[in-house]
Amino acid sequence: MYVYDDFDAAFLAERNRQFREQVARRIDGSLTEDEFKPLRLMNGLYLQLHAYMLRVAIPYGTLNPDQMRKLAEIADRWDKGYGHFTTRQNIQYNWPKLPDVPDMLDALAEVGLHAIQTSGNTIRNVTSDHFAGAAADELTDPRPYAELIRQWSTDHPEFQFLPRKFKVAVTGSEIDRAVTRAHDIGLRTVSKDGEIGFEVIVGGGLGRTPMIGKVLRDFLPVTDLLPYLEAVVGTYNLLGRRDNKYKARIKITVHENGIETFRDLTEARFAEIAPQFEAAATQEQLDRIKAMFAAPAFRAASDLSYQAAHSADPVFRAWADTNLHAHKADGHAIVTISLKKHGETPGDATSEQMRVIADLAEAYGYGEIRISHEQNVILPHVHRADLPALHKALKAVGLATANVGLVSDIIACPGMDYCALATARSIPVAQEIATRFDALKLEHDIGPLKIKISGCINACGHHHVGHIGILGLDRAGVENYQITLGGDGTEDASLGERTGPGFAYDQIVPAIERILRAYLEIRESREETFLDAYRRVGLAPFKDALYEAERDAA
Amino acid sequence: MPADTKADNKAAAKPAPKARAPKPQVVTANALLEGDVVYLAGDRSWTRQLSDAQVFDEPLAAEAALAEAAKRHAEVVGCYLAEVKHGPRGAEPTHFREDFRRRGPSNYAHGKQAAASNAA
Repeated sequence: MYVYDDFDAAFLAERNRQFREQVARRIDGSLTEDEFKPLRLMNGLYLQLHAYMLRVAIPYGTLNPDQMRKLAEIADRWDKGYGHFTTRQNIQYNWPKLPDVPDMLDALAEVGLHAIQTSGNTIRNVTSDHFAGAAADELTDPRPYAELIRQWSTDHPEFQFLPRKFKVAVTGSEIDRAVTRAHDIGLRTVSKDGEIGFEVIVGGGLGRTPMIGKVLRDFLPVTDLLPYLEAVVGTYNLLGRRDNKYKARIKITVHENGIETFRDLTEARFAEIAPQFEAAATQEQLDRIKAMFAAPAFRAASDLSYQAAHSADPVFRAWADTNLHAHKADGHAIVTISLKKHGETPGDATSEQMRVIADLAEAYGYGEIRISHEQNVILPHVHRADLPALHKALKAVGLATANVGLVSDIIACPGMDYCALATARSIPVAQEIATRFDALKLEHDIGPLKIKISGCINACGHHHVGHIGILGLDRAGVENYQITLGGDGTEDASLGERTGPGFAYDQIVPAIERILRAYLEIRESREETFLDAYRRVGLAPFKDALYEAERDAA
Repeated sequence: MPADTKADNKAAAKPAPKARAPKPQVVTANALLEGDVVYLAGDRSWTRQLSDAQVFDEPLAAEAALAEAAKRHAEVVGCYLAEVKHGPRGAEPTHFREDFRRRGPSNYAHGKQAAASNAA
């Protein structure tokens, strides 16, 4: 993975020194909150419902064991012994105190981590496929490009005050695990005549006006990446609306001006600035970065121990069947460690769990760790021979839940339990759905399913692209949950369709159960997933099942 | 809680106007250093307990207290007026958001509920 050079380290040290002084000036009263707020947001520090919250960037979701251990140490020293992994591959600490934050940032800098541009109207943490560099279905590792974008966008003087926040996702596979169609810019690597380039998607996003991104350029050569991105963001910076926060994202800019106009302006700007970028220098930097992302030397070994455990141990078998994914190297597997143990908070890991993950990554995973936007942890490279031992170690710390991609593998935003913007809770809804279906023992029968829950219209929980989306709202002072069905965040991206009136807090879990029992009735076979069944039969039968009780009562 | 009792008596003495009686309010914010929820008390100090907050039945008095409190930017952040109701032990929230702010998150016994259980 990328290793900081002297420039990166000096830059970070200087930023942290500045912020330390800004915090001191806020505490001694020489800065008002109005003056301080933009400064703290630039450094990822929010003020939430019960406390400050520090959002630390995990660039494209990649961590090494030392970084994970440092995250654990920070959780113990300055927080409450845990961290919350988010849908943007970040980690959030929910309980820091203002005077401690400069020390937390210095601790992060020791391992090349920071909280810069995790808030504010800037280019945010660049996200990527959590199986990058490991997936059998991958065309190329997208992380060197993501790192190049991180370097270009960090502290970019032109893009510190954009009309609104700006999110970029990069994937290197045809199978889109990075939700590229729901980002301000989505980059999909494609191959044309043997040359790698990007399909550039623009104007996707969720939030109050969900939109699927549109293709701006179907093939962008790699060496044009930075000038082209600069042209896109520059065009948006000029054209994007600043009169209305809710119309300020690039999706609205593209929608209001039309993709053709936006494309023409971007291409004109690109032609203007491209000569200022030296393709050779970009290529040189990219080659330097690529070398740091070189795959480990995958070992060859017999996987007899795996075969034996798979046939002898049903618990191991269930875990292996749900939590493993095909690896590009012989004998290896990609392991997803579920942070969704039934009844626990989605995305939370204790400091002890973080340390165990770090140790296991070193023992069995070539020292690599990833965080997914689905709020799980991935060990991207594990030899099958090591899986039984790995599983045993994970089980000991509550990390061996066999539910990846199933009903209890729920994305949930922090919701009203933490977030100042939330209109309803999300976490307890996720906890109760997971607990309920675990008790019913229906989880494996239902099969692949993505439930995504947001506690407000801003959609951090990606509910629009959940097979089942749940949106928590405040209806006349009471929590109320709207359901959408049929959303999909993959390469076939689509937005979910609203079923109808929402459900009260104590009715939402039974409502989800009615939907899933209807699915079990409707499906033609076990092979027909919930999403497939929905696409075949549409909303009507699910709507019938959902509102049946109410109709009967009427 | 003399301030609250006084406010109660005052409210009881006056017949409530028929249309939209003003709702009792408290001044609330987050503490600058800890970031936790605080309420303005009758002696102008900041209290961590909603039940100890000064309740304003008069909107004008509430607005005046808010304007005054918002100037204390070296102590608190984001002052606003939150609607409450009078309870047997002081102010109680009327909206679930304020109930969470008063208590803490529902997934862990952190926040104010932790302090409450430690004290008990």
